[in-house]
Amino acid sequence: MKIMPCPLNGPRPIQEFTCGGEVVATPNPDRADAETWADYLFLHHNAAGIVREWWYHVPTSFWFIADRNTVTDEIVRTFLPRELFRPDAQRDQP
Amino acid sequence: MPLGLLKYGLRPRRPPDRFLPPRPELKRAYDTVIIGGGGHGLAAAYYLAVDHGITDVAVLDKGYLGGGNTGRNTAIVRANYLTEDGVRFYAESLDLWRGLSGELDFNLQYSERGHLTLAHADSAIRTMRWRAEVNKHLGVDSELIFPDEIARLVPGLDLSSDVRHPVLAALYHPPGATARHDAVVWAYAARAAARGVELHSDTEVTGIEVEGGRVTGVETSRGTISCNRVLQAVAGQSSLVSGMAGFRLPIHTVPLQACVSLPLKPWLDPIVVSGSLHVYIWQSARGEVVIGGATDPYGLYANRSTLEFAEGTLLPVLELFPFLANVKMLRQWAGMCDMTPDFSPVMGVTPVENLYIDAGWGTWGFKATPVCGKRMAELIATGRTPDLLQPFRLSRFAEFEQVGEKGAASVGH
Repeated sequence: MKIMPCPLNGPRPIQEFTCGGEVVATPNPDRADAETWADYLFLHHNAAGIVREWWYHVPTSFWFIADRNTVTDEIVRTFLPRELFRPDAQRDQP
Repeated sequence: MPLGLLKYGLRPRRPPDRFLPPRPELKRAYDTVIIGGGGHGLAAAYYLAVDHGITDVAVLDKGYLGGGNTGRNTAIVRANYLTEDGVRFYAESLDLWRGLSGELDFNLQYSERGHLTLAHADSAIRTMRWRAEVNKHLGVDSELIFPDEIARLVPGLDLSSDVRHPVLAALYHPPGATARHDAVVWAYAARAAARGVELHSDTEVTGIEVEGGRVTGVETSRGTISCNRVLQAVAGQSSLVSGMAGFRLPIHTVPLQACVSLPLKPWLDPIVVSGSLHVYIWQSARGEVVIGGATDPYGLYANRSTLEFAEGTLLPVLELFPFLANVKMLRQWAGMCDMTPDFSPVMGVTPVENLYIDAGWGTWGFKATPVCGKRMAELIATGRTPDLLQPFRLSRFAEFEQVGEKGAASVGH
């Protein structure tokens, strides 16, 4: 059984989780054009190696971030989104 | 008796014919390079040679021919899709499949056995009716049938109402078929090679050379080749190869697992699919029960097998066919699926001039082998995208014109 170390719930079977896709910057809704949105919505890096993804623990509705290796099927590290996104920060204004 | 056979019989010595030519030296330049020696790449090479007379072609594969997803799929052919674009495309593929053993002079064990997609809910019956009507409108044989007829077609299927998901109806697609997937590879490879196409197995592409927005060559583990045109047909590795040319794809690569049982006496004629239970099942000519399910829950580039798949897929199979409970499984394996957001392939031109793509084949690639090869060859030879491929162009995502084939994915993914 594959185990996902959840930052909130500890080690749990991976069937309890849903993968939310690559962590990428959200386009600024005030400025982004259609091409930027299409890129954001559809195009993936889909890397072979270590990727950084959103993961969701379904029973507890808990989102977190995992670094994992898509070639060896190993989970390298899981952590809270606040390591990357400060909750009090304004949306990025590029 | 054919005269050739008589002469062969009277020969004093009968050395076996070599079916595929030995791998030649890699030349410095080719007109067209095809990356990926699976069914799609070899079919494209064959039709380039036969339909368009282009034979200065090298097919490169990092492993052996047909060692990727052509050898890992569950070999089902059907055309009962939901969208007009999808049905037209797969219907042409069915037409080609029917004559393919004769055209290639090789027994592909093409077996039209009928294909049933079970409906376990009212909403599923509505979708089946919709698919049946779209199919019939476009000349594809499909019909909604009910338990009395299902019982006649599939003996042993549990049609009682005291199960978790009772069978209410089914979409019946009589032309649904299976074929020997390795034979498809061998036949296309041999017939293409006989016309001068070079087959280079164990030749890994490590880079794609682009100058001024135009492809000029490929770097391989056996040296650099210059060429005018490149086709990438590398299901399961598409994002990695397009990354070499500097563009990203609307693809997420996920494993799909399947398994076969020990051989049983023949009992199951058609292919039986249940979208709600996430399983499909058919019996091979050897008697093995071939079982597949939904894609894995997260993306990977690894052909590993899991116990979760075996448990999650075989339990619903027992709900459909309880008598299989004591049957032993023989093997389990996985292939890599390039999943697209609209459950449709990506075929055609790319942002790099003269670099063509054949990708995004998710869980529906094998059945499209002949039509994709033929139409991609037409595109490469003429430079014009055939009408049949137009809906599946890479740029449809930037134009927000997806195909929307999710309703016809054989099982939920």
